Amino acid sequence: MSYTWWDELGEFKALHSMNAIRIPWIRDTLTRKYEQMPLSLASPLQDKVILDAGSGGGILTEPLARLGASVIGIDMVEENIKVAQTHLNQDPHIVSRVKYIQAAVEDLVETEEEKFDAVVSSEVVEHVSDLSTFISSCCKLLKPGGSLFITTLNKTTMSYGLAVFAAENVLNLVPKGTHDWNKFIPPDDLQYMLDKNGLTRSLIHGIIYNPLTNRWTWIQDTSINYALHAVKAEHSKHGI
Amino acid sequence: MSLGKQCFTLTKEEKLRKLVRETIHRPPAKQGVNMLRRCALCFSTGKHLKLSYSVVRRLQTNSVKNEETADIVISGGGMVGAAMACALDKFGIRTCTVSPSSIDLFKSVGAWDEILQMRCHPVKRMQVWESCSDALITFNDENLVDDIAYVVENDVIQEALRRQLSKLSERVDVRYSTSASSFIIPGVTPGYDNINQNSWVTVNTTDDKTIKTKLLVGADGAQSPVRKAGGFHTVGWNYKQTAVVATLKLSEVTENNVAWQRFLPTGPIAMLPLSDQHSNLIWTTTPEFAKHLKEIPEDSFVDAVNDALVSQIIADVSSNSIRQLPPTIGGVEAKSRASFPLALLHSSNYAHRIHPLAGQGINLGFGDVKELKDVLVEAVSFGSDPGSLSHLTKYESSRQRKVLPVAATIDGLQKLYGTDFTPVVLLRTLGLQATNALSFIKVHLDTMKGEDAHNIQIQSQSIPQPPKS
Repeated sequence: MSYTWWDELGEFKALHSMNAIRIPWIRDTLTRKYEQMPLSLASPLQDKVILDAGSGGGILTEPLARLGASVIGIDMVEENIKVAQTHLNQDPHIVSRVKYIQAAVEDLVETEEEKFDAVVSSEVVEHVSDLSTFISSCCKLLKPGGSLFITTLNKTTMSYGLAVFAAENVLNLVPKGTHDWNKFIPPDDLQYMLDKNGLTRSLIHGIIYNPLTNRWTWIQDTSINYALHAVKAEHSKHGI
Repeated sequence: MSLGKQCFTLTKEEKLRKLVRETIHRPPAKQGVNMLRRCALCFSTGKHLKLSYSVVRRLQTNSVKNEETADIVISGGGMVGAAMACALDKFGIRTCTVSPSSIDLFKSVGAWDEILQMRCHPVKRMQVWESCSDALITFNDENLVDDIAYVVENDVIQEALRRQLSKLSERVDVRYSTSASSFIIPGVTPGYDNINQNSWVTVNTTDDKTIKTKLLVGADGAQSPVRKAGGFHTVGWNYKQTAVVATLKLSEVTENNVAWQRFLPTGPIAMLPLSDQHSNLIWTTTPEFAKHLKEIPEDSFVDAVNDALVSQIIADVSSNSIRQLPPTIGGVEAKSRASFPLALLHSSNYAHRIHPLAGQGINLGFGDVKELKDVLVEAVSFGSDPGSLSHLTKYESSRQRKVLPVAATIDGLQKLYGTDFTPVVLLRTLGLQATNALSFIKVHLDTMKGEDAHNIQIQSQSIPQPPKS
């Protein structure tokens, strides 16, 4: 298991290659929002505090830390936390800026309310059973004006055919049983939950994976994968 | 990766709070951190300077004895290694011709001004012809205003780069008098072949230090130990030829700004301008004749060079008045004669030694530096570590697309001119004359010589912007 998470050409290669679009997206959205010139080319996210909800092996967590952010990665699976921590320990440069905790977002709310500049949840919400609690917890953790980044799968026939059936049985992109289509979430449902929690959607855009080139591309069509950025209202109490 | 509701005991929650607090309330990071925090390079003195560079974060020496970590280690401190170390920081009397694209690289690392201040000689025109007919081809800028290349002594390039490096001591750590003694490359080195390929590479140096790095760059020459340790596949030709080099004295002071190259059946002879009265000779020939050339007295050597450059032209010169003749050689600098065998190699790693047609080999090395730098800058902007395969594979495929055609063209030219078989001579004569008449082909050839002039832009996808509300 520990090898597969960090093998760039292995089981999780699509998550590795996804960094080529999600990292610039998160980086540029966060730096643009604060209208600051990055303090240094290499650390544009300096002084940002980010929560990676569902950090897995740390594929997204480490690059964010390398760009200067302080990142807390949480995951429910003990094995994932171990793998992530082991890999992190090898890089002395970022080890002080990352903390991995085996926890759920709900567990952080009580102590860490309004502590984060951004909450990132990439390819996670389709695995969450109680999404409503998940979203409201994410919202509570955000500072006013903070950003929520989500990438996930739409609930369409197309996403069943490509992301579940083809990816698991034909292309062997992900291990069998990785995804439960019934948990996939249509953008409208997600939008409803965001509205309820006082989050304003600022962007929704489709993304598509090409298994031959192992590259992700932004597209208009949101019927398979999509990425969403929402902003918490400034200086107002979050929703119900 | 799954998340759900879970209850925590009180002790767990306490621990969690502490963890979170430690991360959030850490002291602010030092400002102005550059791409690479630290570089180190190693040198060992000797007849052939064998140097190695490493990019090291000095502050992170582990408690384990003598073990350091570095973003990037560059093994080999020659021209390419030094240029690589200089280039990376931005984010952090043998000669070679330097084509415009290499000059761009030197400018970007600030070394070109140093070179201009020291010593270099412009080439305004290049004339290539052969011995079996009087067909010729010339490369030059119209009106001879712009220089098509510069001839710079290797030592000058090396010195200019070294001066630049000394200004970068904050991040580039130059290790003199040492070189890499062994490498442990995970997944390749016997005994370590079961280890995950993404682990760190361990470099042991001759002064008993150990450096761990995410990216090891082998700029250590044609017999690269790094390439051997990595077991990289290479593409190569052995020419069974030897190059003889020497510094020539011209018989009179001239405006020496033309590079001359003539194809003889045994191999090309080239003369590159060094100064008003000095030129550099690169004569490729059979190993036997090369040995002979090295051993004969100086005046016989001078006669041989003059003969090789101008024999048979003199007879035709009246019929072809436009032709410029190469300057006559008056002598050879004492002890400047040397020879070395030729082979051509290219691997996914650094290692080119190319047939010295117009001294293009080193420009391929500088082309590598430029390309690798661009790829690494992209990797850093994505927060990837420098050893990340997704970025390095881009470098590999892009370099192979460019280096192999150049190598194959030069190899093809060499084979084409390596014969005096009449039909081939006739064909190449026609070809050379046609090529000379068609300027667009020459422009293409010129671009190929400065092969990375058409540098591939790294593709980056545009990020969708939120609608303006």
